[in-house]
Amino acid sequence: MSVAPVATHRAPGFSRSLIGQCLYALAAVAAVAGAATVKTDGYVANILMQAVTYAIAVFGLSVVLGLCGQINLAQAGFFALGAYAVGLGTTDYNIPFFVCLAGGMAIAFVAGGLLGLSTLRLGGHYLAMVTISFQQILTVTLINAIGITHGPDGVSGIKRPDLFVSSQAYLALAVAILAITGYLVWRLANMRLGRAMRAVRDNEIAASAAGIDVYRTKVAAFAICALLGGLGGGLFAGGFAYISPDQFAFSDSIVLLTMALLGGIGSPVGAAIGTGLLILIPEWLRFLKSVPGLYLAIYGLAVILIVVFMSDGIWGFIARLFHRPVAALPPPVAPLALKPADSGAPAALEVRGLAKYFGGLKAVDGVDFTVRRGAVHALIGPNGSGKTTTLNVVSGLYRPTAGRILVDGVDVTALSAHRRTIAGLGRTFQNIRLFRSMTALENVVIGAERDGNVQVAHRRAALEARARAALDFVGLGARADEVVTRFSYGHQRLIEIARALAANPTVLLLDEPAAGLNSSEKKSLHDLLDKIAAQGLTILIIDHDMTLVAGVAERLTVLNFGRRIADGDTAGVLQHPDVVAAYLGVG
Amino acid sequence: MGNVLQLLFTGLGIGAVYALVALGFVLIFRATSVVNFAQGEFSMVAAYLMVVFAVDLGWPYWLSFLLAIGGMALLGAIFNLGVYYPLRNRSFLPVIISTIGASIFLSNTVLALYGPQPQVLPGWFDAPGVQLGPVYLDSQYLLIIAVTIVLVAFQYWFFEHTLLGKKLQATSQDKEMAALLGIPVATMIMITFVYSAVLGGIAGILVAPVLFVSIQMGSTIALKAFAATIIGGFGDVAGAIIGGLALGIIETFGAAYISVPFKDAFAFLVLILFLAFRPQGLFGERVAEKA
Repeated sequence: MSVAPVATHRAPGFSRSLIGQCLYALAAVAAVAGAATVKTDGYVANILMQAVTYAIAVFGLSVVLGLCGQINLAQAGFFALGAYAVGLGTTDYNIPFFVCLAGGMAIAFVAGGLLGLSTLRLGGHYLAMVTISFQQILTVTLINAIGITHGPDGVSGIKRPDLFVSSQAYLALAVAILAITGYLVWRLANMRLGRAMRAVRDNEIAASAAGIDVYRTKVAAFAICALLGGLGGGLFAGGFAYISPDQFAFSDSIVLLTMALLGGIGSPVGAAIGTGLLILIPEWLRFLKSVPGLYLAIYGLAVILIVVFMSDGIWGFIARLFHRPVAALPPPVAPLALKPADSGAPAALEVRGLAKYFGGLKAVDGVDFTVRRGAVHALIGPNGSGKTTTLNVVSGLYRPTAGRILVDGVDVTALSAHRRTIAGLGRTFQNIRLFRSMTALENVVIGAERDGNVQVAHRRAALEARARAALDFVGLGARADEVVTRFSYGHQRLIEIARALAANPTVLLLDEPAAGLNSSEKKSLHDLLDKIAAQGLTILIIDHDMTLVAGVAERLTVLNFGRRIADGDTAGVLQHPDVVAAYLGVG
Repeated sequence: MGNVLQLLFTGLGIGAVYALVALGFVLIFRATSVVNFAQGEFSMVAAYLMVVFAVDLGWPYWLSFLLAIGGMALLGAIFNLGVYYPLRNRSFLPVIISTIGASIFLSNTVLALYGPQPQVLPGWFDAPGVQLGPVYLDSQYLLIIAVTIVLVAFQYWFFEHTLLGKKLQATSQDKEMAALLGIPVATMIMITFVYSAVLGGIAGILVAPVLFVSIQMGSTIALKAFAATIIGGFGDVAGAIIGGLALGIIETFGAAYISVPFKDAFAFLVLILFLAFRPQGLFGERVAEKA
């Protein structure tokens, strides 16, 4: 195993992020000190306590909704699990506070995980519905299982930990926990799991093609969200000493959701702003509560207005105002080294008897071909001949009806798309699939951190260096820190190729890379493919551009109507009468 | 045995209401690929309109009914313009959130205007019902079942045998292609919302004399109707109807033989079981593979 020579330079933004972290630490210490020392009356203390515990639950929503793009309409339910664990545990069962708190978090975590496991394979509507159902079942249970939960009367006399019995000390504890969870959620976005969540949010198929387990990532996001809900709820129970089912109803889940949306789901700062505002505003507008319903009606209207007119929330709006482009001049990096894995098997990719039927349609019907190690191999054929279907079956987006696929001598037929990527398949898409909210660099970093990429140490600096090298390789190194949507179509295509190359694949699958490119872009694509091939990486390319195909590929496999009609050296295959007939429509 | 038949009848009646609301869900989902979480509020608002017209103002039942339905058509149009249309080109998540906002807005506006006390709406007929052997057939339940049958038949005829129905179908299957063929897609979606609001409204008016007219009736009905669509097979019209009827029966028997306080939990339990073991529902196809 060789680790590529990596210059451990400082990434730009590194020092900025360090300054940010120091500022955050200072603010957190100041807030905890303030909460511990400044005397407040009971009314203000209650508002603060509510804001702090709610904010922790809203952090959970900024993970599941903001980072991962999944909906959770039961956060008040997870909040209730934490609250009841602390409430019942410290009163009926005399268990120490912190044990109850941890238990409540664990229960919420498991409940969230199970709920996610049951639905996250399905679309988002199901998730919305199942979370609402969970919320309703929980509310019905809290009210009716009187023997356990005390029913509508609720639980009173909830205890606090011995060291934090006074309201002041307990508030300081809650603020400290808020600061820590806020920090973790903030940093999560740039950690591996957080990046995976953002990739899943931006484009699920591209995420799985980059080696990310989409389902597991979603379940993780959901379970983390539930865990933070449980934490907030547990602290809430200790803070107010009394809880009852009506505090954790569906409408409270909506309140939490509104807090996240108003502040901005992209960042915990937004979550905190939203929570603070939505706890303070109702206090200022107390007169509204004299008419039952009026207050929540305004809430509902606010939700619509926020979604329609301020989709990034308050913090998203502010952050855009203050956004400064990162200083240019990226650090120099060593040139990209492609070292495709080689187990000694003669073929890098072998496809045996591959078939894919869609109902009665035989899109691919018993195709065999072998891609030799280090070769550039093209798969061509008229429209509808089954090329893209073959590629999708090979990369794991479709399950084959029959046949086997071997990568570097290993049978990958049973593996899901992301596992095949881990096993060494890299691919690009005909209709470009980039993570659109991220920079070119982040897109390529996600490629680089594929499990099984032995070319790079899985540390931030090394991953960034690898990604920059890959972007340099395709000629876009100078623009690495720009958001991908600012690149031209042709350049986006190159970023996709860089993302696949950064993962150091054993075989690179290119799905119509020349589609939509102008002639000079095609020329540079041709040069790039030659440059990749020169490093010994095996390429399987699909394209309609015969000049490109004839220029780069040494071997061709030709499909028509889902079957292989020719296979062999490029020059020979192009003379083959069946191929000529298929392309020119003779016979 | 008589008891079982009686429960079956009651279950079918309640199930028919779920089926009507579920139909509204399915139509909007097919036209816009979005689940309207305010579908139940259409039923609630219509029931309150009936209370205002028929009880408070004392107008004739049929006139009140027509006015309430007209009001629902208007509400459906406003809903489309205010809640769905501005977000039509965004992902489904903002739209879901927006319809949830609308649901909260509608129910609490009614609460602010009318107060929290549940209202009573009399049934359409003065006669309470007929005794048929061991089973007592309540007139309102008979009406619910009859109207549901008529509406389902109408809808089948409308979608399969009229040009407008075919245009609506084309819009729901492929908006871009429909637009290229000269079908005014925005108008078709508008019609869908109006029709769904009317369907939900009829369901609400029919069920109101059986339940109390309350702020919560909308969300309760909507959640069960949604469960019905999943049980039947998401997006499938026949599935929504059968899912609705099945859910009504399950719930009625569950309440009679297992537990009354947990009546409302049965629907969700069945829903979660279906999602875990048969997410495509009774009639749906497996969730299609995508690439």
